[in-house]
Amino acid sequence: MSKQDKSIIKAEEMVLNMGPQHPSTHGVLRLKIRTDGEIVSKIDPIMGYLHRCFEKHCENLSYEQVVPFTDRCDYLASMHMNHAYSIAVEKMLNIELPERVEYIRVIVAELQRIASHLVACGVFGLDVGAITPFTWALRDRERILDLFEMLCGARLLYNYIWPGGVSHDLPPNFIQYTTEFLDYFEPMLKEFDDILTENMIFVERTADVGIITPEVGINFGVSGPTLRASGISHDLRKDEPYSIYNKFDFDVPIGKGLMGTVGDCWDRYWVRLREIDESVKILRQAIAQLPDGDVHEARPKKVRPPKGEVYSRYESARGDVGFYIISDGKNIPYRLKMRSPAFCNLSVFSEISEGWMMSDVITILGSLDIVLGEIDR
Amino acid sequence: MIIEDIAKLLKNKYSESIEYLEDANFIKVSANDWNDVALTIKNEDKLKFDYLMCISSYDCGDKKTYGVAYNFKSTSLNHYLEIRIEVTDEDSIHSVSSIWGSADWHEREAYDMMGIKFENHPNFKRILLADDWEGHPLRKDYDTPEYYRGMPVPKDKTYWE
Repeated sequence: MSKQDKSIIKAEEMVLNMGPQHPSTHGVLRLKIRTDGEIVSKIDPIMGYLHRCFEKHCENLSYEQVVPFTDRCDYLASMHMNHAYSIAVEKMLNIELPERVEYIRVIVAELQRIASHLVACGVFGLDVGAITPFTWALRDRERILDLFEMLCGARLLYNYIWPGGVSHDLPPNFIQYTTEFLDYFEPMLKEFDDILTENMIFVERTADVGIITPEVGINFGVSGPTLRASGISHDLRKDEPYSIYNKFDFDVPIGKGLMGTVGDCWDRYWVRLREIDESVKILRQAIAQLPDGDVHEARPKKVRPPKGEVYSRYESARGDVGFYIISDGKNIPYRLKMRSPAFCNLSVFSEISEGWMMSDVITILGSLDIVLGEIDR
Repeated sequence: MIIEDIAKLLKNKYSESIEYLEDANFIKVSANDWNDVALTIKNEDKLKFDYLMCISSYDCGDKKTYGVAYNFKSTSLNHYLEIRIEVTDEDSIHSVSSIWGSADWHEREAYDMMGIKFENHPNFKRILLADDWEGHPLRKDYDTPEYYRGMPVPKDKTYWE
C-alpha cells in the first residue's frame, strides 16, 4: 500500500470522531480525524479520560505508598513501573542492593516484558484482522500472569518491587516453573512467528505504512521498540546499564526494513517479537546465576531522601520511563513527575499518519503500542 | 561533556542569563534569552542536544514563582543536560516546540498542570484536563473545587464508603 496522492481527487473535508469508546484506540483515547474522502489530512488526539492526577496524589503520600500508584499507570507492564520508581528512589537514598534482589528484579522485569510484548503483538494482529495469533498470545501471557500470581498474589497490579528490595522472596519452585515455562514458550513463539510475521495479508497491511524516520523519532522524543524500529540502537539496558544488565549477554534488535522501509509498522512489530527472544535469553542467564541471600536486607526503615532532585530513566516495554523527583527532605515527595513513554510515542502519531487511509490509521496506532493509563496518568 | 564545561561554554556566549552554582545538577537560564540558548544547545557542534526527554514543571513554593526543568540528551555525543527556568505568574517562557517536537505536548502539560504560559506555541491549550477546567492542580495552593459543572466532587471517604 502506498501513501495516497491528495491532489488527484479533492472531496469535501469531513471531521470524523473515533473513540473514546472504540476497540481500536486501545483504551479511552479520542481521535478527531479530518478526512478528505478516505484520506486522512489531520489527526487531533484528545486524551485525559483516564486522568487521575497521579502526580498530585504522590505529593500527599509517603515514598513507599507511591508504589501501588505506579502500578496503575502502565497496567500492562506494572513491574516495569515499580522497578523504574524504585530505582529513582534508591538513587536518591544511595542504597546498595543485595545481589539476589537485583536478579529477582531482572527476572520479573523480563517476564513482564514478554507478557507486555505478547499483548502488543497479538493486539496488533487483531487490529489488522488476524484473530488466531491474538488468542495464542494471550494464552501464553496467561502463564506468565500465573507465575506472577504465585509470586505476589496479584495478576496485573503487583506492588512487588519496593524501594530497597522486593515484597517477598521467590516462592519455592518458582525457578523450576519459570524454566518449564521458557521450555514451553520457545516453540510457541516460533509458532506465533510462523503464523503472523511473514503472512502475506499481514505484510501487505503493515509494511511501508506509517514510517517514522530516525530524525522524526528523535525530534519527537520517541523511545523504546518504536524508536529502535527506525534503526536506532537506543536501549537503556545496553547504553547505560542500570540494575545488573551489564552482566548479561543479549542483543538489541533494530528495524532493518526486511519487508519494506526501515521504521514502518511491520518493523515495529518485528522488533517487539525479536525482543521477546532476547528476554528469554536474559531470563535463562539470570536463572542460571541466581544467588542466595536475604531480600529484605537493604530495605530502609524510613524512606527520607536528602534535599535534591533526581532524574532517573528506565527501559520499560513501551520505552524510556523517566521519574523526576524533587525532595525537600521530608518523607513525602515535594514534586514527582513521570515521563511517560507512550505519551511521547503518541505525540508523533498525527505527524506520521497524514496522507494515509482510514484503515492505515488503525494499523499505525496499533503499532505504537500505547497504554492510556500511562498517557493520562 | 560534563555540566561544568557546558555551563562555561554557555556563559561565554550569554553571560548574564546563565546561572550555575557549584556542584549543581542543572543550569539556570533566564526566560528572556531562552530561545537563543535553546538554538545553541541544539545546533552547537560540541553540544548537539537533539533529544528532549522531559519537561517537568514545579512550584517554587512562594505562591508566585513556578519553574520548568528540561532534561536533554544528545544521541550522537551521549551526554546529558538539565536546564531550569523560573518565571513569575505574569511572565511567559518562549516555546521550543519548533526546535524539539516533543516539547509541544510537554509544554501543554506544564501549562495544564502548573499554569506556566508559553509564547509562540502552535496549539496552546489544556491537554489532560477538560478545556473549561479552572485552576492548575499541581500548584501547591490549589483547592479542590466543590463542584465541577454541577457535579459534586467527593472530598471525604464517606461519600463512597
